[in-house]
Amino acid sequence: MAIISRGFKGRRPEVDPSRLPPGQYVTHDFPVLSAGPTPRIPLDQWAFEVTGLVDKPRSWTWEEFNALPSETVTLDIHCVTKWSKLDTTWSGVSVDTLLEDLQTNATHMMASSYGGYTTNLPLADVMGGRAWVATGFGDQPLHPEHGGPARLLVPHLYFWKSAKWVRGLELLAEDKRGFWERNGYHDYGDPWREQRYWGD
Amino acid sequence: MDWGAARVVARRDETPRVRSIVFDCPTWEGHMAGQHVDIRLTAEDGYQAQRSYSIASAPEDDHLMLTVERLQDGEVSPYLTDDLAPGDQLEMRGPIGRYFVWESGTGRPLLMIGGGSGVVPFRAMLRHRSAQQVDAPARLLYSSRTIEDVIYRDELTEFEDSRGVEVRLALTRSQPEGWDGFARRVDAAILSEVAWAPPDRPHIYVCGPTGFVETVANCLVDLGHDPNSIRTERFGPTG
Repeated sequence: MAIISRGFKGRRPEVDPSRLPPGQYVTHDFPVLSAGPTPRIPLDQWAFEVTGLVDKPRSWTWEEFNALPSETVTLDIHCVTKWSKLDTTWSGVSVDTLLEDLQTNATHMMASSYGGYTTNLPLADVMGGRAWVATGFGDQPLHPEHGGPARLLVPHLYFWKSAKWVRGLELLAEDKRGFWERNGYHDYGDPWREQRYWGD
Repeated sequence: MDWGAARVVARRDETPRVRSIVFDCPTWEGHMAGQHVDIRLTAEDGYQAQRSYSIASAPEDDHLMLTVERLQDGEVSPYLTDDLAPGDQLEMRGPIGRYFVWESGTGRPLLMIGGGSGVVPFRAMLRHRSAQQVDAPARLLYSSRTIEDVIYRDELTEFEDSRGVEVRLALTRSQPEGWDGFARRVDAAILSEVAWAPPDRPHIYVCGPTGFVETVANCLVDLGHDPNSIRTERFGPTG
């Protein structure tokens, strides 16, 4: 049973509570969380790849990537450090587009980033209109601090799954742990089930 | 990870806006220097709020200590700094995070760069270093607005005097008369003076507000440090 904190009133969210997963609060800032320095990625050297368990690896230059059909989506994001930000608008390429007509027996994938960050996801979670590789935030190019030039966007999971500075997706026949997943954080990370840490 | 009860055993004023709170946590199973905890407060009507705080105490200390900065519009921090009194309980779980941690015994120099309350995890590292009697050198570069805002002032002096830790302060807003430390925001010149050269392979930890961490980490990369040797913890005003 929870311990009542004598005299604690708290601040009730000014939004529909059904939009806020357990333990989260609404922020209007856009906090930055990264484990190391922000990598520098010249756009003429940038590339995005789909590799691993695929019939043929795919790769796009920055120019090619920006010629892909783009979507603009407005959605809520939830960080494991407790903040949620509602109605954020992003533009980018649906992962469905990147994996279109792909022949694979993969069940999982590892997203990897410039700078060495990795995070793992079930393949089903990045398909069916649930994940993007975003290059724009609001009506601006995505700022490097927030993962620019391009970051993964998987809003239905805690935001560490939305890898900043993403450079590729490796399709896998089985689950493998990424960076935070090896360092104490939950393998799947569903905010609605409050899967923050190992054992949640 | 389960929640456990933590009882306040003592409080200590660090600065006008910062207070340390010492807890007795019977179910605590230990931590590494640099890790954090989640705390959960429950109002009488069942409403709950959670936040994360860096652990200020070393693994060897008898009690768990958190150091909390009171944020003007914060939901949780004013309660922790102003209302919570010895004997009160709250829920806690942890330790959390296995990356921004320092383990003694690598023999490599330890460089800690903190801004504001970003100094908190470094207290844990410095106390851990003392408890383990580590010989490898340690330096702390700490940016604060004024001398009154310096958290752990006396303890830092003690680390300097008796533990061979080099503590360098940068006071960004105002400096006391006769100040001979840095008197500006941490920049490339300060970092090249304070940091070991890249071939010495220091373990580097940077903790503070986002802008501070971005600047420091970028300068360190410019100075030739391997990005993978720089571990960062950023926080925004989200209290």
